[in-house]
Amino acid sequence: MQDMVPERISRQAPSHAHRAELRSRVAHFAFVAPSIVLVAVLVLVPCFWLFWLSAFDVDGSLSFENYRTVFESAGYRSVFLTTFLVAFATVLVTILIGGPFSLFLVNIQERKARLLLSAVMLSFWTSVLVRAYAWLVLLQRNGVVNTLLIDLGLISDPLRLVFNFSAAVLGMVHIMLPVFILPVYGAMSRIDPDLMRAAASFGASRSQALRQVFLPLAMPGIAAGGVLVFVMSLGFYVTPAILGGGRVYMIAMRIERSLSNFTSYGAASALGVLLLVATGVILGLSYLAARTILKVR
Amino acid sequence: MTKPASISIEAVGKTYGSFHALGNVSLEVGAGEFLTLLGPSGSGKSTLLMALAGFVIPDRGAIRISGENVVDRPANKRNIGIVFQSYALFPHMNVFENVAFPLRLRKCDRAEITARVAATLQQVQLADLGARRISELSGGQRQRVALARAIVFEPRVMLMDEPLSALDKKLREEMQIEIRELHQRLGVTTIYVTHDQREALTLSDRIAIMNKGEIVQIGTAQQIYNEPKNDFVADFIGEAVVLEAGLLGFSGSRRFDPSARLAIRAEDLRLRVTGATEEHASLRAKLEAKVFQGDSWLLRLCLPDGRQIYSRVQKPDEPLVGQVSVGQSVTMHIPVHKLRALQ
Repeated sequence: MQDMVPERISRQAPSHAHRAELRSRVAHFAFVAPSIVLVAVLVLVPCFWLFWLSAFDVDGSLSFENYRTVFESAGYRSVFLTTFLVAFATVLVTILIGGPFSLFLVNIQERKARLLLSAVMLSFWTSVLVRAYAWLVLLQRNGVVNTLLIDLGLISDPLRLVFNFSAAVLGMVHIMLPVFILPVYGAMSRIDPDLMRAAASFGASRSQALRQVFLPLAMPGIAAGGVLVFVMSLGFYVTPAILGGGRVYMIAMRIERSLSNFTSYGAASALGVLLLVATGVILGLSYLAARTILKVR
Repeated sequence: MTKPASISIEAVGKTYGSFHALGNVSLEVGAGEFLTLLGPSGSGKSTLLMALAGFVIPDRGAIRISGENVVDRPANKRNIGIVFQSYALFPHMNVFENVAFPLRLRKCDRAEITARVAATLQQVQLADLGARRISELSGGQRQRVALARAIVFEPRVMLMDEPLSALDKKLREEMQIEIRELHQRLGVTTIYVTHDQREALTLSDRIAIMNKGEIVQIGTAQQIYNEPKNDFVADFIGEAVVLEAGLLGFSGSRRFDPSARLAIRAEDLRLRVTGATEEHASLRAKLEAKVFQGDSWLLRLCLPDGRQIYSRVQKPDEPLVGQVSVGQSVTMHIPVHKLRALQ
């Protein structure tokens, strides 16, 4: 009897607190629910539909026929290879140009930096299609560059500047630079300028200070920018399609062809799923790598 | 042990657009001396320090360290230890690596680095914290790491830019004493910037008071405190009011020209005459407010012409505070020998 009284009290008291907590949790959920529904409908459902479609072959029966085709066909393999090569090349060049540029922005007067950043943003807001065609205007056989070089007498025949791998990468770097520069500039500008001054005061040359102090601190931002650019590059269509002239065959184009020519949703979905999985794996690996690096330090 | 350097700042000036950060600053600092640049914000003290460090290039003048002009020498070749206001500790390195940084750049071998870092950490009382990450340290500990890093390579000059401003009062006072002791042990020429006059008085061999890009007065703590050259110095060091001699009543033999400007320290403005033999001047004012401040009372008084002055009443005179009430007219007494005539 003695033990029961405390029990009853302790069971009553938490239910009051529990009800209040439950109410607040429901309220929070109600606020978030609309966006959850949106994400579910527009992202998750299509993804599951994609997985679903890829599991059925041409005859309509459940099989992994589609995946087998993708893995076994040399054509498909080269598409994957090209896509990853283009993505790697794009990331590399973007970092090589965007990194130093962001560093430059951090070291000039803020007013000038803002001006340059808005120029970068202007490019960002221009349509991908417009930018790709702009490069064509510049680089094609009778384009601005070739015409100028011929008129100056530097060359006699026009150079093959476009409709190849390099042109595709160039166009993609142009698209990706703003995507890279903005977060990287943000990360770099958060580094205390006194740190570089301190390094200098202890005897570090500019390059020593950059290498030993600035770069390690900017690395998380650069890595994040790099991963973003890589993942975006994997799924690109327009730019490599226009500037690659058919010679740069990316996964996105293969998916489109499967759908339009053969209406084989199965094969197209399989490609889509594989792209999704590849992206997920890369993101997962980068996350783990980042965790390990940060822990070790 | 590196020989401490003497510093000679000769007619240094720096202008940013239309703003004169430094006017025409000249200063001699002896080897091993601890000199504080004291002044309000915008007085140019940090600019001068940065010019010494090499992060600000003066428009004119010379800066000599041990005789040679270093104005054209880049900051990384001046061999100066700096403690920044924000400490500027490298967040991606631990305590040991931070303090070892200057030595690594000087290509010292590993054994030497380990020994010297350990010895320096010992000096700043952080002996076993070498493996700690900067983010795990308290404000006071970070301060000490910044100090350790600046002295580990035995620089010939040390510069400190308001290094204690982020610490709470108690810790600040502790660190002030530690810095003083550290300086006495190492004997390195030190230039210290602060806007806290008490800090300046505690730490320095000499103080240079700066205002609007110029040095207003240089002297020892006692010289500046007891013999302020002008209004600004009198007001900046200690709590003081400047009055015309004609406002005071003199009963003794000592007289001042009525237009002479006298500096009176708040603690010398007393509620009673101290010592029958001492000559006192008197001042009538209306008591506007009295505030208890722990170790003393602060009285705000209003002069007949409307000016407000302050009197600080110390513990011994505390009972007198209770005898005067707000709104009452009181007579304040100043020992005549405490009156300082200003130019």
